[in-house]
Amino acid sequence: MELSGLFGYLVFFLSTVSIYAILALGLNVQWGLTGQINIGIAGFFAVGAYTTAILTAGPNAAHVGGFEFPFVVGAAAAIVTSGLIAVLIGMITVNLRSDYLAIATIGIAEIIRFVFQNEQWLSHGVRGISDIPRPFHDGQGSGYVFLALVLACVAVVYFLVERARLAPWGRVLRAIRDNEDATEAAGKNVRLFRLQAFVFGSAIMGFAGALYAHFIGFISPDAFEPVFATFIVWAMLIAGGSGNNKGAILGAIVVWLVWSGTETLAARLPPEYATQASAARVLLVGVLLELVLLLRPQGMLPEERPRPIARRKD
Amino acid sequence: MEVLQLVVYGIVTGSIVALGAIGVSLVFSILRFAHFAHGDVMTVGAYGALVGVTLIGVTPMVAIPVAILFAVVAVLVAEFCLYRPLRSSHPVILLISSFGYALILRSAIQLVAGPAPQVFKSGIQIPYRFGEIVIRPDHFWIVGGTILIIVALHLFLSRSKFGKAMRAMSDNMDLARISGIPAYRMILITWVIAAALAAVAGVFLGMDTRLHPVMGWRLLLPVFAAAILGGIGRPYGAIAGGFIIGISMELSTMVIDPGYKHAVAFALLVLMLIIRPTGLFRGTSL
Repeated sequence: MELSGLFGYLVFFLSTVSIYAILALGLNVQWGLTGQINIGIAGFFAVGAYTTAILTAGPNAAHVGGFEFPFVVGAAAAIVTSGLIAVLIGMITVNLRSDYLAIATIGIAEIIRFVFQNEQWLSHGVRGISDIPRPFHDGQGSGYVFLALVLACVAVVYFLVERARLAPWGRVLRAIRDNEDATEAAGKNVRLFRLQAFVFGSAIMGFAGALYAHFIGFISPDAFEPVFATFIVWAMLIAGGSGNNKGAILGAIVVWLVWSGTETLAARLPPEYATQASAARVLLVGVLLELVLLLRPQGMLPEERPRPIARRKD
Repeated sequence: MEVLQLVVYGIVTGSIVALGAIGVSLVFSILRFAHFAHGDVMTVGAYGALVGVTLIGVTPMVAIPVAILFAVVAVLVAEFCLYRPLRSSHPVILLISSFGYALILRSAIQLVAGPAPQVFKSGIQIPYRFGEIVIRPDHFWIVGGTILIIVALHLFLSRSKFGKAMRAMSDNMDLARISGIPAYRMILITWVIAAALAAVAGVFLGMDTRLHPVMGWRLLLPVFAAAILGGIGRPYGAIAGGFIIGISMELSTMVIDPGYKHAVAFALLVLMLIIRPTGLFRGTSL
């Protein structure tokens, strides 16, 4: 009993970390490679989750849905919808400094959260959408099937993002991040590259949202509070190492270990301290983020700089 | 008549947004980053006043110095521990650091004061009636206080040595340094002014509605929208932007769900970024 309980917890832990790892990889495309600030991760995450929930969940008279499409359709639609929203925001902000993008993304995330909270016909308001099926195998042992699926997804996303980073495309993104004017002078369409990076990263976040919806089986606006879906992901990427995809995954593991470890500690406190304990945990992660920024800004795994092609002797 | 009533509410909201936006705009122009903790500094101010109200038993207006003290301390701690050490790195790192600090402030408030909404004074206020328009006494205090602060700020910026130096730094940082303006002292003065205005905005917000740990964060988007609308580094622009945003947000409730007020601020921001990114008063383009 003890052992199987521990095993079950491990499956849950790894599935959650995998979803966060995908979010952190998405943010790494935007922040790590291109230097774009997205404070609205929660918004793209929510759009992905709700898209697949509406398309795959069973019928419910209270809101649209009941299409019962398979997981693949829901996930693909989640990627497309979050990508489209990113195109809209991106087109407005690509030619401005990244501060404006940061401000625009908190705006869009707030609006998205409010739409899902308020539009009963679409998302069933605060009561949320339930009965979102586990993909491929629903029922006994579905946790293991899902873990295998989500680990495979991390591997695929990692491969894609790492491939993009090493490709000429990723080189242009890093060039834009480090010196925009020089990249422009070299004849690259800076705005187009920025837009592509923002949309690519946001689509990955939408995909993570779809996985989350199928993992938990129930979503409501509470799950997309900026603290959990935006702030923790930033802490993961900064701690792991901005610009390093392995770092993004490592950061997801470490920060989630800290987060759930403190949850275990908080559970030992008397229940009347529950709200204080959760505030203290957020405080702790905030302090952790600041300490990393101050003491080790490159993160646990620093970005791997490409080797110079040839070194001149003079 | 409903329009006039909403305009009154808009002026009240606009006052609060304007006070926040002046600070954001000043910080933006002197320190060159979007201060994401500004909304939560407002919250710190509001809860600081609540401490004064409950401990000393004064009205929120009288407790404003306590609010300012709390907010200034919160901002100076960030300046000394985070922003100054990070200033040599990219400005964007400062933005992320301020986002983290926003979370720290918010969870600290939640830790001490609890997550439940609170009020300065319970009970119903007897509103004044002018024809069909209803105005609460608090609304007079908020708008009157804001006008007073704007006049004081105008005198400071146009008459005092520090005010002129601040405007010079906002216009041309290098030129200001060469002409011997003590840059670091000016940065500290900027922080104190921005924090003090944010504290007052927070107290007013608490008087207008209620106090809760995310009150300031929720207002951050309209505040940024007002600062950009007015033109970054243009305090008068930020005031105009604040009132435009406030009145548009309240008027919009005639046609759409009040919950989408923030979407109105966002739409105005987007419109401005497309048509004229430097803002109405042609501020610093970033």
